[in-house]
Amino acid sequence: MPGRILALMIKEFLTLLKDKRSRLVLIVPPLIQLVVFGYAATFDLKNVPFAVYNEDRGAAARELLATFDGSPSFTRVAQVDHEQQIAPLVDGKQVLMVVHVGPHFSADLQAGRTAELQVIVDGRNSNTAMLAINDVSVMVDRFNRDWAADHGGSVPPSHIETRAWFNPNLESRWFFLPGIVGILTLLVTMLVTALSVAREREQGTFDQLLVTPLRPVEILIGKTLPGFIIGMAESSLIVLAAVFWFKVPLLGSLLTLYAGIALFLLSGVGVGLMISSLALTQQQGLLGAFIFMVPAIILSGFATPIRNMPALVQTITLLDPMRYFLVVLRGVFLEGLPFELLLPQFWPMALIGLASFVVAGWLFRHRMY
Amino acid sequence: MSSGMRLRGLMRKEFLQIVRDPSSIAIAFLMPIFLLLLFGYGVSLDSEHIPLALVVEQPGADTADFSAALHQSRYFDTRLYDNAGAAQEAMMAGRVNAIVVLRADFAKQLRQPDGAPIQLIVNGVDANTARIVSGYVQGAWGKWLEHYALQRGLTPDVPVRLEQRVWFNGELRSRNFLVPGLVAIIMTLIGALLTAMVMSREWERGTMEALLVTPLSMSEVIVGKLLPYFILGLGGLVLAVSMALFLFGVPLRGSLWVLFAASALFLVTALGMGLLISTVARSQFVAGLVALVATFLPAFLLSGFIFDIGSMPPVVQVITHLIAARYYVAILQTVFLAGDVWSVILPNALGLLILAAVFLGLTWRNARKRLE
Repeated sequence: MPGRILALMIKEFLTLLKDKRSRLVLIVPPLIQLVVFGYAATFDLKNVPFAVYNEDRGAAARELLATFDGSPSFTRVAQVDHEQQIAPLVDGKQVLMVVHVGPHFSADLQAGRTAELQVIVDGRNSNTAMLAINDVSVMVDRFNRDWAADHGGSVPPSHIETRAWFNPNLESRWFFLPGIVGILTLLVTMLVTALSVAREREQGTFDQLLVTPLRPVEILIGKTLPGFIIGMAESSLIVLAAVFWFKVPLLGSLLTLYAGIALFLLSGVGVGLMISSLALTQQQGLLGAFIFMVPAIILSGFATPIRNMPALVQTITLLDPMRYFLVVLRGVFLEGLPFELLLPQFWPMALIGLASFVVAGWLFRHRMY
Repeated sequence: MSSGMRLRGLMRKEFLQIVRDPSSIAIAFLMPIFLLLLFGYGVSLDSEHIPLALVVEQPGADTADFSAALHQSRYFDTRLYDNAGAAQEAMMAGRVNAIVVLRADFAKQLRQPDGAPIQLIVNGVDANTARIVSGYVQGAWGKWLEHYALQRGLTPDVPVRLEQRVWFNGELRSRNFLVPGLVAIIMTLIGALLTAMVMSREWERGTMEALLVTPLSMSEVIVGKLLPYFILGLGGLVLAVSMALFLFGVPLRGSLWVLFAASALFLVTALGMGLLISTVARSQFVAGLVALVATFLPAFLLSGFIFDIGSMPPVVQVITHLIAARYYVAILQTVFLAGDVWSVILPNALGLLILAAVFLGLTWRNARKRLE
C-alpha cells in the first residue's frame, strides 16, 4: 500500500512541477507578494500630507504648528491663505488634513482664554482620518501641558500613562505580517489542491485512477501529501522571511508554530480537495477555490477585527480555518503563547480538516458521471 | 463577409459557451451578491464594545466618577477587576483588549500638584485597535476632567481646544469607504475570472488554430471575446452598485454617469488583464493560478481599499501604479463620498486607460506570435 501511494504522489509532484510555468507560479509570486504586501499592509500614518491655514501672527501659533512639522506622521505640503483654497486641496486629495489657526489664537492664549484649533480632515478613508485626529489630539494635549507648565496655568489633576504590551511601538506591520504568512500559505495549498482532482475529472483520468488497485483512502492520501509538503516548505520559507527580513519577533516556540501550520495545512488541503472533487471542470475548481478563499481571507480577522462583525457573520467565521490560524500566528510570534493556551484554536482546525477529508473521500466514489 | 458579420458569429459562439456553462453567469451575478452581502456586513473598522478591564484598587467617590465616564462610553464594554493580576490574566487570554488601572492612592494623588496617574495598558498586537482604544480612553478622560472641574466650580481651562471637522464622512463610518472599495475588488475578481480561462481554453483544446485560419483578424478575435464578457460584467456592476446604495446606504454624492463611465473603463482593463493572462498562460491550469495570484490579493492590499497608499514606502507606492484597482478605488471613493472631483477622476481614469491599452496591446501581440 505505501508503494502505491508513493507512486501516486510522484505522479502528482510531476504534474505540478514538470511544467516550467506552473513551477514558477508556485514559487516566485508568494515570495514577491510577501515582500510587497509586507511593506504595504500598515495602518501606521507616515508623511500624511497636510496644509496649514494660519491667520495668526503670534509666536504661540508658530510653536504649536512646529510640533506638527516635527511629527513623522505628517508632512506639510501646502500653505493656505484663503478659506476658498481649502476645498480644492482636500477634494483633490492633495492633503488629508488642513490645520486652521484663527486670527485670535495667540491673543486668546495670552489672555488665558481657551483658544481654538480647527482641523479639517478628509473622511473618505475613515480609519486614516481617525488615526490622524488621534495623533493631532495627542500633540495638542502635550502642547497644553507644556503651556500650562510654562505660563502658570493649572495642571490637570490627572494624566494618562499608556503602555502597550507585546508591541511597544504599536507597529501595525507586526500585526499584519503574521497574517500575510497565513494568507500566502492558504493561497499555495489551494492552488496545489483545488485543481488536482478537477483536472483528472476533466481529462477523464480520474475514472482510470478509480479502477486501479488504489483505494479511495489511498487516493486521498496520495493527493493530500504533495499539497501538504509544498505548503510546509512554502510556509517555512515565508516564516523565515518574516523573521529575518522584516524582523518580526518570534517569541513562542517553533514547535507550537509548526503544530499550527500543520493543522492549518491539513484543513486547507482538505477543503481544497473537497472543492476539487465537487468540480467537474478546472474552471469550476478554480471558481470554487476563489469562492472559498476570498471570504476566508476577508473574514479571518486579517485586516478588520472579527469583533466588529455582526453576530451572524461572527458565527460564519467559526467555519474559517484562517481565523484560528491567525490567532496562532500572532500569539506565537508576538505574545509567545504556549501550546496549551492555543488549544482552543488547534482543535477546530483539525475538525475542519477531518470533516472535509471525509466529504472529499465520499465524493471520490459518489460523484461519477 | 463583412467584419461585422464575422464578429457577430464569434460573439454568438462565446455567448452560447457562456449560457451553456452556467459558471460564467454565476460569476457575473451570484458572486457580487454573495460577496457584497458577506463583506458589506462583515468588514468594518468601527470598534464598539471593546472589552476593557478597569482595575480600581480602592473604590471611592473620585474613582466612581472616572469609572462612570468609561461606562458611559459606547466604545467600551467595561469589566471591573479589583486587582491588576486578574486583569492581566484576562488580557493574556484575550478576554480584554486593554486595562485601565486606578491605583490605591488615586484619590490622594488627585489633590497633589503632580496629579494622579491613570495607567492604561493596551494589547499592542493589533496596533490599530490599540491606538483607537487609547484615543477613546483619552476622550473619556477629557470628559471626566471637564466634569471634575465643573463640580468644583472651576472653569475647565484647557489652553487649546481641538475642533475637528471631518468632511465627506461625518460620523467616520468605515462602511462608507469600505463598500465602494469592495465594489472595486469584486469587479476585479469578476473581470479576471470571466476571461482568465477564455483564451487558454481555446489553446488547450486546439481550437485556437481553427479560429486563426478563419478570416477573423486578431483584433476581431479579441473584441469578440471581450464584448460578451463586458456585457456580463456590466450586469454584475449594476447589481453591486445598487446594493451599495440601497442596502448599505452609502451616499452617492457624484453623478451616476461618471460612476458608470469609470466602471466601464475599469471593466475593460480588468477583462484585458484576464485575456492577457489567458493568452500568455496557454493552459487553463496556469491561467487559473496566475489569475488567483495576480488579481485578488493585489486588489485587496495594494489598491488603497483598506491600507492607505500614502503611508506605504515609496517603492511599494510605485508598484501600486500597476494595479488597476488602485485607480478605480480612488475614483469610487471620491464619486461616492465627495462628488465629481475632476482633479481626482481624470488622472485616475487616464491611468486606467493606459493600463487597458497596455493589456490589450500585449494580448494582441502575444496571441499573434504564439502560433507555432
